[in-house]
Parts: sequence; structure tokens; C-alpha cells
Amino acid sequence: MTDKVEFTLAELMIVAASEAWRGDGELLASGLGVIPRLGASLAKLTHSEGLLMTDSEAFLVEEPIPLGPRGDYQPRYSGYMPFERVFDCVWGGRRHAMIGPTQIDRWGQTNLSCVGDYAKPKSAMLGVRGLPGNSINHINSLFVPAHSRRVFVEGEVDMVSGVGFKPERWDDGVRRDLMDIRIVVTDLCVMDFDGPGRSVRVRSLHPGVSFAEVQEKTGFPLVAAPDMGETTSPSADQLALIRRLDPHDLRATAIKGNPPGIRTAA
Amino acid sequence: MDKRMSTAEVVAGLRDGMTIGFGGWGPRRKPMAIVREILRSPLKDLTVAAYGGPEVGMLCAAGKVKKLVFGFATLDAMPLEPWYRKVREAGGLTDLMELDEGMFQWGLRAAGMRLPFLPTRCGLATDVVKLNPELRTIGSPYDDGEVLIAMPALKLDVALLHVNVADRLGNTLVTGPDAYFDHHFARAAEQCFVSAERVEERLELDAATARYNTFERYLVTGVVHAPFGAHPTSCPSDYGWDMSHFKRYAASATDEGGWQAYVDEFVAPGEAAYQEKNGGAERLAKLPLPVF
Repeated sequence: MTDKVEFTLAELMIVAASEAWRGDGELLASGLGVIPRLGASLAKLTHSEGLLMTDSEAFLVEEPIPLGPRGDYQPRYSGYMPFERVFDCVWGGRRHAMIGPTQIDRWGQTNLSCVGDYAKPKSAMLGVRGLPGNSINHINSLFVPAHSRRVFVEGEVDMVSGVGFKPERWDDGVRRDLMDIRIVVTDLCVMDFDGPGRSVRVRSLHPGVSFAEVQEKTGFPLVAAPDMGETTSPSADQLALIRRLDPHDLRATAIKGNPPGIRTAA
Repeated sequence: MDKRMSTAEVVAGLRDGMTIGFGGWGPRRKPMAIVREILRSPLKDLTVAAYGGPEVGMLCAAGKVKKLVFGFATLDAMPLEPWYRKVREAGGLTDLMELDEGMFQWGLRAAGMRLPFLPTRCGLATDVVKLNPELRTIGSPYDDGEVLIAMPALKLDVALLHVNVADRLGNTLVTGPDAYFDHHFARAAEQCFVSAERVEERLELDAATARYNTFERYLVTGVVHAPFGAHPTSCPSDYGWDMSHFKRYAASATDEGGWQAYVDEFVAPGEAAYQEKNGGAERLAKLPLPVF
């Protein structure tokens, strides 16, 4: 029966995202956005109870807080984590964040600042925010709701906001051993940077997606992991937890069209 | 000792070309009553330093920003700050110092500690160093020899903050869950002006409440009584941000003549009219705190 559960693509991606934090032990797990946050919450409730999480404002909680309006739900705080303390946590390296940048390049460099010419950008976005500091100080994973060549650009990202594995960017004497990029969860697949020379590798394909399609929608060459398989489907238990963590079904709006998890060929 | 003054008196003391830091974070606890007073003034050529929210966008829209020192500009629920975006995309703001959030804090801290710089790893191997050639690196003088950025002190002529409670001596309380970086702005500035929801004669607090004080009164030059002075941004624990006003403000960036219409409606008539236009004190006091 359990292999017959129905699930959406968003739910598949939440489960895939939760795998980013497996084995992290005690560190601050920050999932930014609906799917990454649900992924971190699911990780804490299943395989990685040591993770620290916040109420997405200023307090630590041991029970991940459901998304959206809380009704009668009363958060129970276990500690305090205002922005200033998040910086301390970042600089000490005890954090693993999953963020959704606007552009990602083959070296894992990320852009949240602007697209196009810096002086007169085609699109001015948020600004670098905490990306430079986060990316050089602790583990990060990446989230991409719509896998395309606009996100996975051919050359370097337009404004390198977060560091990556491009050797030319690292001057002598700069420590690059404190950073790592764990996984990239997209609407098509899960990737990592564990290919030759830290190149991008497809680790698993979501049901109904081919390697060729992923390659076609990526601006740089990909390799397949030797054991590349299908992204693991959510279990009934995981889906129940996801429903509890997201009672207003915000995940239904996270991926355009809220497609089913098992896509049939178009 | 009485540091009370009006927003007009605060702004009368500001000069063209000053470096002004704005407290708060994004759409949270910004000194908007003072910002509106600046918008009504002829002040220009400002260097604005902020964890940016609508104050950055509005000052850009009004053409008052010569240089922006920032890590981001956002309204949170609307991720992209509409006027910052519009002015940047028109090529109208090219003197930029775009920094990692932590570098920004480090710059304020260095200024507050009267140090020329503080070392940091943040920003290395990114375009932050490339786009800000004034940033220099420094080698650790110890055996490790690590190369770090020497984040220069971010000295402010003036810091403008909004808090929940103040007294006429300049004591302040921030009662929301996060004090943000206001204390660092206060320390980094030559002069610091604080607007407050409530201004009392003298704070006489129990120990638990006194912990809401995040910087010393000797840092505070002036105190302004400005109820709803953070609107349309939030002022936890008093009120939340005003999404309907943010939408109106965002529309001003797409409508023809939108900024002038916004100024005519909300800025020019003054603070009392501003509150009325936004539903009056009764509505403003009930703006719900955002749930994250």
C-alpha cells in the first residue's frame, strides 16, 4: 500500500531538501522559503533531531513551527537567536542554510544582487544580503523552484554574491576550507558538486525526468553520479508530518502549477 | 537635561552630503516619521547606510541619495523594494557600497570602537571585493598568515533610529523580539536621534524591562515623540507593518507620476494627516504583527 501514496512535486522536493541536513548533528538549520523550511523541519522531526531551528524571527524552538497563521498553536521557545546572534553563528560555522539564489553557476557561485550590468541592471534584486559571509563560513545547500538556463547560467553569475569553487576567485592565503555546498534541489533533480574538480553532478532525477532534459535546461555540462537513480518518494509518514508542518498547504503554491510528484511524459 | 525635540528640529540639523545611518531592518522599525520630514526638506546628496527597507526606496525616489551603503533593500513580504529597484534599473544610483550584512555590522562596530577596521572573512572571493576597490585585505600577523578583508570603519555623521519607548534624558527601550543593529548605529554615529512611540519623563523600570535597553543615553543626541513613527514598517511589539500601504507605495513606482502623487497624498500634508490617511490611530494601533 505505502508505495501507492500520491504526492506532489513540492512534497517530493521537501523530502529531498530534508536530506541536505542528514548527519549535520548540532547546528542551526535555516531553510529559507516554504520548501527549504519544510525540508529543515522534516529533517529535525525524522533523521536529525540535533538540529537547531528558529521561529524564523528571533527565538529558538525545539519543535519546528508550522507555516502560516498559527491559530491556537503556541510556539514554545528554547532559546534566543536574534539577527546579531545569527551572525555569530555564521562566523563560527555552526549553520547549514538552504537558500534560493537567482543565478547559480557551474562553480556553485550564487547571485542575489542583480542581473545584467551592475551600474544599470536589467533586474535589481535584493542585494547580496548575507550570502558572502554565509557562503564562505558554513555549509550551504541551494534550492531552485524552476530549473532553467536563466538560473543555471552558462558563464559566471552576473554578480558573485556567494562564493563557489572557482580557483581563480581565491587568492593565496584566503581560507577556503570552511565552506561547502551540499546539495542543489530543483524541480527536476537533485545535484551536488562532487563531480571531477567539484563540478556539478546529477545525483537523482525526479520521477519522469530524464538526464537529457536536465542537461538541456542547464547552461553548463553536467555529469551523472555513478549511482544516479530516481529521487526517493515521500513515505506516508513523511507526508503526514509535512501536512502537520504546513496546515495551510502553502507548499501548493511553491512550485508553478503544483504538479504531481510523478510526472508522466508530456 | 531634556533631549526632546521635533522631527523638524532633527532635520534642520542635518546637512547636504552627510552620511546618515538608518536603524531597523528591511520593513521593520524604521524611523519613518523622520524620513518623511527629510522628504519634505531640501536636503540632498546624502550617503545612506542601512539594512534597507522603504526608507532607502523613498529617499531614492526623491533623488536624495548620492551614495548607498547597504547589504539589501527589501519589504520582506514584497521581496524587492520597488523604488530602489526602479532607480537602480534606470541607472540612477551608481555610487554603491554593497556589502555582506555582517561586513556592514563590522563597519559599524569598528566605528563604534574607534578602530580603523575589523578583519573579516566575509566578502572574500566574491564581487563585493571587486566592486568596492576601496576594500583592502590584510594578512594575519600570526603564524597562520590568513588573508582577510580589513572592513573599514563605517563612520556615520548621524544615526536615525525608532524605538518603542524613550525618556527625555535619552534612555530607550526596544521591546520587540529583535533589537536588530540599532545599538551599533548609535555607537558609529557622531549624533544619534531617536524617535519613539512613547516618551516619558524618566524611565523607572523593573529589572526585566530594563533589559530592553540596548544602548546608553550618552549616545543619544535628541528624542522625538513620534507615535506610529515607524509606519508603514512594523514596530514590534506595538504594531505590525501595513501591507495595504506598502501596496500603495509599490504602485507609486509603476504609475505615471506615481511618486509625486504619493508625496502629495502622504508626505506633504504632515504627520497628523498621514495618520488620518492611513485610517487613524485606531487602525494603526491594531496592525497585526507579522507571522514568520
